Amino acid sequence: MKYLKQFWVIMTISFVSEALNMLLPLPVPAGIYGLVLMLAALITGIIKLPQVEETADFLVSIMPVMFIPAAVGLMDVWGVLSKILLPVTVITVITTVMVMTVTGHVTQLFMSLKKGGR
Amino acid sequence: MEIVTNSSFFGVFLSLGAYLFGLWLQNRFKKAIFNPIMISVALTIAVLACFKIGYIEYELSAKYLNYLLTPTTICLAIPLYRRLELLKRHFAAIMAGIASGVVTSMGLVWLLSKAFGLDRQMYITLLPKSITTAIGMGISEEYGGIVTITVAIIIITGVLGNMIASSVCKVMRIHDPVAKGLAIGTASHAIGTSRAMEMGETEGAMSSLSIAVAGLLTVAAAPFFAGLL
Repeated sequence: MKYLKQFWVIMTISFVSEALNMLLPLPVPAGIYGLVLMLAALITGIIKLPQVEETADFLVSIMPVMFIPAAVGLMDVWGVLSKILLPVTVITVITTVMVMTVTGHVTQLFMSLKKGGR
Repeated sequence: MEIVTNSSFFGVFLSLGAYLFGLWLQNRFKKAIFNPIMISVALTIAVLACFKIGYIEYELSAKYLNYLLTPTTICLAIPLYRRLELLKRHFAAIMAGIASGVVTSMGLVWLLSKAFGLDRQMYITLLPKSITTAIGMGISEEYGGIVTITVAIIIITGVLGNMIASSVCKVMRIHDPVAKGLAIGTASHAIGTSRAMEMGETEGAMSSLSIAVAGLLTVAAAPFFAGLL
């Protein structure tokens, strides 16, 4: 029963988030509404960790496979993509490396500033 | 062949099998190039091409994996909740980190689009490449990009981020787990986050947080960047 209840809680939030996504005129996907709702529900104690934990951890642990169908879909746009392959590849590689580097270092800098200020 | 194209299970069977093979290769050779997502996608495409099975027929039964994506994104709140103390303690650093990443992403796309002489449509198509698919599609559509290409590039960015995250953190000396998680999530959304989860719960939690925050900040900054070209 434990897993059934946990899955039901997750599905409830999924359903509510989907409704929010349809009702509110914002470009926010259901998953993001749901992430915020779930976090808020945990913080306020409406949902307790044992009511979702194992099922949530299981789903998160198999998350990578959920991207496979969408990524396989690349085969259908390959014709268009192959024409702009060089700029797209260069832009993707440079931005990905740079965004990681800047984000990581700005975070580390702020954290060390705070430590130093104490 | 009808057994395959009419199947409700073929897509999931093939995708999971390909992923398990990718995991096995990674364990066997311990090289970043043997990335399980990359391998499973390549292998799945190869199998479909070999047997002349169209994407639509594969998707018919593989879509059940996709179905779980929204509930699972919601579940990213659980590791985040278990690391709530860290979020509170480093709130300013976390927000500054993600914001700097968002500006870097869009700023670089603008600069490089100019350098390559891309037109406005292509620039808009690339602009939301670092954020989660659903938000990125919205931005691309709103400002006149090609949505299907945006989706493709978001996925390529995610898979690339997933592959190179460990090496970039090492080479660029990002050693703090909070900083690592934010870096991975801001650069490569949920696909990168699945890699961050494997590094540790703090990395995973911070990466999850970045998906939401970077996505929303990108929405806020998009009107400005869309007007640049």
